[in-house]
Amino acid sequence: MDAAVGARLRPEVRRQAVAPTNPVIQLRDLRVWYQARPALRGVSLDVPERRITAVIGPSGCGKSTLVRAINRMNELIPGVRTEGRVLFRGQDLYASGVDPVEVRVRIGMVFQKPNPFPKSIYENVAFGLRLHRRLHRGELNERVERALRQVALWDEVKDDLHRKSGLELSGGQQQRLCIARALAVEPEVLLLDEPCSALDPVSTARIEALMEDLRHGYTLVIVTHNMQQAARVSDFTAFLLDGELVEFGATEELFTRPRDRRTEDYITGRFG
Amino acid sequence: MTVASLEGFSHRRLERRQKVAGLFVAACQAATLLGLVFLAVLLVDVARDGAPYLRPQLVTQFPSRFPSQAGYASALVGTVYVAGITSLVAFPLGVAAAVYLEEYARPGPLLRLLEVNIANLAAIPSVLYGLLGLGLFVEGLRMGKSVLAGALTLALLVLPLVILSSREAIRAVPFSVREAAYALGATRWQVVRYHVLPYAAPGVLTGTILALSRAVGETAPLIMLGALQYVPFLPQGVWDYFTVLPIQIFNYVSLPNPEFQRLAAAGILLLLAVLLALNGMAVWLRGRARVRW
Repeated sequence: MDAAVGARLRPEVRRQAVAPTNPVIQLRDLRVWYQARPALRGVSLDVPERRITAVIGPSGCGKSTLVRAINRMNELIPGVRTEGRVLFRGQDLYASGVDPVEVRVRIGMVFQKPNPFPKSIYENVAFGLRLHRRLHRGELNERVERALRQVALWDEVKDDLHRKSGLELSGGQQQRLCIARALAVEPEVLLLDEPCSALDPVSTARIEALMEDLRHGYTLVIVTHNMQQAARVSDFTAFLLDGELVEFGATEELFTRPRDRRTEDYITGRFG
Repeated sequence: MTVASLEGFSHRRLERRQKVAGLFVAACQAATLLGLVFLAVLLVDVARDGAPYLRPQLVTQFPSRFPSQAGYASALVGTVYVAGITSLVAFPLGVAAAVYLEEYARPGPLLRLLEVNIANLAAIPSVLYGLLGLGLFVEGLRMGKSVLAGALTLALLVLPLVILSSREAIRAVPFSVREAAYALGATRWQVVRYHVLPYAAPGVLTGTILALSRAVGETAPLIMLGALQYVPFLPQGVWDYFTVLPIQIFNYVSLPNPEFQRLAAAGILLLLAVLLALNGMAVWLRGRARVRW
């Protein structure tokens, strides 16, 4: 391919390169099967703290499986087998004696399709809080408000907190509600599984701005099929293909000087 | 008018195609109407026969040799009593079984065996449940021909229906909502308690009420049990003898005096009113509280 064309096709990276920090999550030779079909074939990866890590790759490459392995959501699906290790601050999340419920409290998740509960906006955010802590009414209200402010939804919904169901919000608002719901529990890591794929461009921009705000306090892992999005929002990018990690590095590096031929082909739109 | 000039397009054939389509719709309408017509004829006939007996005494008088002094007091109370206990037993058991099958049981041959058996139980003739009740409750557990024995027998009869409809309602709760709750650190029990059951509740209740209306209309299993036809008192407790509306109607119909036939017709209207009330409640619940995903 003509080098100039290749350069033009590449998504623009706007972020400054940042130094990697201590890894919060370390995947070690992670392998996952659906029945007999392998979805991840031995992935090792360090997710740095308080940074945004993007996972990109074509459909079916195992991106979702990878993030769902981190908070042990895969095991809700019958017939899934997981091998290898997922270390969270050095502790293996798959060791015997680790309760998946505790894992999910510390590692939150936002899904592809907004999935608010058919309850009031307030109850949506308060649900996770009530599960784990006994809080006074006042403190609960405070935390619900704080979570809704974090996702810039407070001003839009503060008058309908108890009257409106989460399902009555627009798609973009629903997704921000889902993020608020996850943040309310104060997880250390937030996994986002294609959080914008069901949203319009305006809502997508708001979620991306929100992620930028969150990266100072949280470690974020975002799965996206949208390379532009990965280039725009993430500090580090992992490129997955057929259940294998092809390349992982600083986003700027990966998008401007990919080391692997397949990464080069993917980010310039040769396939995907 | 000719619009299409496609090669090989035949207007004659199009006309024929449209005619076939019209015939099909007409046939479907006729099939719908036929059922309604029969129902209407039946209703009018029964209403005409039973009209003179549609008076307050119908539900205040006990069975009697004299048609003018006979009524359905004990049968109506017996029906309400039996149906109440039946639902108290069948509802929790059925919902618990449905929750287990949908949320806890691991898929595999054992689960499939259970599913097939429950589906089959729903199709067993009700007389056999009567035999089971007679052997198990009336004689085996020495309950006698009591309200409790009758209610437990009917509970067994409707249990598969309650399980099946509850499973259907539970399955209608999207997996994505369960996922959302799990991802917040809910345990399986918390997911069931705070999400699955509340969202499935309208469907579960609707199914239970419809199953109950089946129980209210059942005659055969209670006759097998030996539910009495002449009960000149209201059942005071679960160990009392009892009768129910269908049995009382059956009893009046089989008497030679034609006045009793009219009384039976009035009883049928009473039973229909009870069933209609139950079904109306189910429809109301379904429309009111259902979550639209």
